[in-house]
Amino acid sequence: MSIFVDETTKVVYQGLTGGQGSFYGKLNRAYGTQVVAGTSPKKAGTDVDGIPVFATVSDAVAATGANASCIFIPAPGVRGAVMEAAEAGIEFVVCITEGVPAHDEAWFFNKLRRDFPNTQLLGPNCPGIISPGKANIGITAGHIAKAGGPVGIVSRSGTLTYQALYELKQKDIGVTTCVGIGGDPVPGTSFIDCLRAFEADPETKAVMMIGEIGGSAEEEAADFIKSSMTKPVTSYIAGVTAPPGKKMGHAGAIVSGGKGTAAAKMDALRDAGVEVGLNPTEAGELMAAIVAKL
Amino acid sequence: MDLFEYQGKQLFARYGIPVSDGAPVTTVPEAVEVANRIGYPVVVKAQVQVGGRGKAGGIKLAANAEEARIHAEAILGMDIKGHVVKVVWVERASDIAEEYYASFTLDRAAKLHLGMLSAQGGVEIEQVADENPDAIAKIHVDPVDGLTEAQCREWVAAARLNPDATEGAVDILMKLYTAYTEGDADLVEINPLILTPDGRVHALDAKVTLDDNAIFRHPDYTDYDATQVRDTREQFAHEQGLQYVGLDGSVGVIANGAGLAMSTVDIVNQVGGSPANFLDIGGGANAEVMAGALSVIVSDPNVRSIFINIFGGITKGEEVANGIVQALERVQIDAPIVIRLDGTNADEGRAILEPHLSDRLQMQPTMLDAARRSVELAGGTAK
Repeated sequence: MSIFVDETTKVVYQGLTGGQGSFYGKLNRAYGTQVVAGTSPKKAGTDVDGIPVFATVSDAVAATGANASCIFIPAPGVRGAVMEAAEAGIEFVVCITEGVPAHDEAWFFNKLRRDFPNTQLLGPNCPGIISPGKANIGITAGHIAKAGGPVGIVSRSGTLTYQALYELKQKDIGVTTCVGIGGDPVPGTSFIDCLRAFEADPETKAVMMIGEIGGSAEEEAADFIKSSMTKPVTSYIAGVTAPPGKKMGHAGAIVSGGKGTAAAKMDALRDAGVEVGLNPTEAGELMAAIVAKL
Repeated sequence: MDLFEYQGKQLFARYGIPVSDGAPVTTVPEAVEVANRIGYPVVVKAQVQVGGRGKAGGIKLAANAEEARIHAEAILGMDIKGHVVKVVWVERASDIAEEYYASFTLDRAAKLHLGMLSAQGGVEIEQVADENPDAIAKIHVDPVDGLTEAQCREWVAAARLNPDATEGAVDILMKLYTAYTEGDADLVEINPLILTPDGRVHALDAKVTLDDNAIFRHPDYTDYDATQVRDTREQFAHEQGLQYVGLDGSVGVIANGAGLAMSTVDIVNQVGGSPANFLDIGGGANAEVMAGALSVIVSDPNVRSIFINIFGGITKGEEVANGIVQALERVQIDAPIVIRLDGTNADEGRAILEPHLSDRLQMQPTMLDAARRSVELAGGTAK
């Protein structure tokens, strides 16, 4: 099995007619994802390489039964796009767009939590989600992942996610689902949301978690692992040597006021029984050793 | 984006928060002119984005024009912890009865806005949090609902300020919340928020960090961007649209993706080297972006070797390799380069690089090998 998305997930691409939207929409379809529709207020009635375009997400849902969406809309329109998807009853919304203001993220996170509890948002500013061999929603290169499990991956960083998928494939280890939660201050889906889902998924036998400096999401995940997870977890935290007060690329990756350091995160994870690698390769090797013993 | 005190106060003033009458100046005669206009005594304050200005002699009281001249002369051009003072803020001096602390920021764990208010102001809030956490009254605000006046009153009561300050504090905090949300700030902080002997509440300092991602809603924020403190390398990179953070070492780092770039900096440190920078060129890695990145790296005189760490995802290895080859033709580079290319079509990419390899351009199979080689080429000993 996989978590959140699989071969039955029907996806509508919000912003399908844009450059990025059409490129990745077609690529995701070629991977095998059920790309059933796109939206564009001005191009309703047209199609992108055979994918029908609707004016709104509601129209797309009514016509195609879409239950997931993928947002490739520029940052100023993201707040509206997320709410449009939620109001149309979409259950899983993947927002790839980067550069979304933190106040917008905090606003729609709380709006969804309160008024649309059945809508799960992934992102913004994330690479998306891939259940190898079943569905790929977002910008991950599908062929770098081996299908089948037993490992689940959750990560705050895009390229390190690819690195992890690739290292596991080199070692002939499959992945059930790989979730990129993104590097922004208020991610719609947290490490804990993914860890809980992996714990419940019978085909996932071990989890690799890739974190980075800033915030306290890794420490909260460590608490969850300690209290609620039976499956082994390996981890890597990027930014061990990052200077305080400097944003390392991601809006959320900053050590401020002595908080959010990699050292504190690694300590919390080790204390929860997680095997922590000092670089992505080492984390991959730790995972290979765990898989060999399963 | 961090604002200077004077920019923060000007922003606060737009939202009706009382601040002292004053103006930012860059020359001594202007400082005296402003002081004469607003009336003595005045305070001459160094505008630097670093703590400890007062202790360093960057904040002085002047009773007359002669003192204003002397202080402005001393403070303009002063070096405070590596920050050279280019602007001073001259403002009317305030009588202080009590000093408080007030701020709003995002609580990432709770995913709600967090207001903090304390009767113990004028000192570092981290110190208060450590020594006397109960002295900070906290309020969580749901962004969907916003802050109501009733909640704000309850919060002020919990902070146990002087009762004379209650009305003024409620008024300022409501306005501060509006400045925080409408202004798209990551942080708004008033420390100290003062109560004067005649019962007025007033912002004596202003610390504001704005969200770079929200500039599309605030076209005027580009003015703040022009005054950002960046070293020459960071300024150059910023102009090229690159994500760059300057560090002190000798190994120049280029990687695609923020996580991989951070990881590359880590691994150079772990094998015994010292990175010169963090540089994320994003997903594409075409010739133009690579050339821009290399020109930023070579503008740093400390760089003695360069580590290019690329993982091809959607972008194929041969595209990355062609980008590197073309960039090398455009930029004059003295430092030796070590490349690690992996991911999609890595073999094809490596084949393209093969004929160009030399002592000056080397290739290594893994991140770890490449890090070690770049550290050695920078004159260090790799672990």
